[in-house]
Amino acid sequence: MNTTVVAQLQRQFQDYIVSLYQQGFLDSQFSELRKLQDEGSPDFVSEVVSLFFDDCSKLINTMSRSLEQPDNVDFKQLDSGVHQLKGSSSSVGARRVKNVCISFKECCDVQNREGCLRCLQQVDYEYKMLKTKLQDLFNLEQQILQAGGTIPQVDIN
Amino acid sequence: MATKSTGGIEKTKSTEVKKKLNVLIVDDDPSIRRIHEMIIKTIGGISQTAKNGEEAVILHLGGASFDLILMDKEMPERDGVSTTKKLREMKVTSMIVGVTSLAGQEEERKAFMEAGLNHCLEKPLTKDKILPLIRNLLGA
Repeated sequence: MNTTVVAQLQRQFQDYIVSLYQQGFLDSQFSELRKLQDEGSPDFVSEVVSLFFDDCSKLINTMSRSLEQPDNVDFKQLDSGVHQLKGSSSSVGARRVKNVCISFKECCDVQNREGCLRCLQQVDYEYKMLKTKLQDLFNLEQQILQAGGTIPQVDIN
Repeated sequence: MATKSTGGIEKTKSTEVKKKLNVLIVDDDPSIRRIHEMIIKTIGGISQTAKNGEEAVILHLGGASFDLILMDKEMPERDGVSTTKKLREMKVTSMIVGVTSLAGQEEERKAFMEAGLNHCLEKPLTKDKILPLIRNLLGA
């Protein structure tokens, strides 16, 4: 094991994950997920976020269809999708996605189609951005493990 | 389809059988089901999952019983309010804890409680939120 390489990777990992919290991509719930991960379930966090991103994609497609016809928007279905996405994003610590959902719900409540379209675009952007960021984070984890190191515990609070 | 994650009765050194907390997780969101499974596992319990209230009712009709049911509110097929009412009509005495993202919506929360919940917790669920309720349950 090259301890210098491991130390550099660990430092890179710490700096990167801290930046994700500071930039608002993640909140304390993500830390809770990391605490739950153990030797028996070493891929728990990546598994959960993968399920979340799959669900995001499906929900966004459904909500997009609800918004297609300007004169026939199903705001009830839209609201249901937003509610689900808000719940799942808060459960994985996807802070920016959750915050967009709050605005999205407000637009649904007043049946503002244009506002809903903007929120839909934003939620699509935010979840894809987070997906890329977390993939980079998991790649760093793999590099640390392959170099013979351990993943550092990062205290965000 | 309902799934079972782990199961069993563990024997202590004195050969006394120690029953593990048996939990049903009812939520239509797969990532949330997985998180709740893991929370229950880390506190030493075993769990089964159901994708909606209808699956939960069918499990009980098949003879399943649980110490604790974690119940989402908004679900397709049968929602949490209807499921909780139905389970109570079926004389299910499990502790039923609603887990919902309805912060600030007091009327809806009240309606969920009145359906027969023992407690209602706000998403996201964490170990710290559920442990006091489980301690009460095991202490009872």
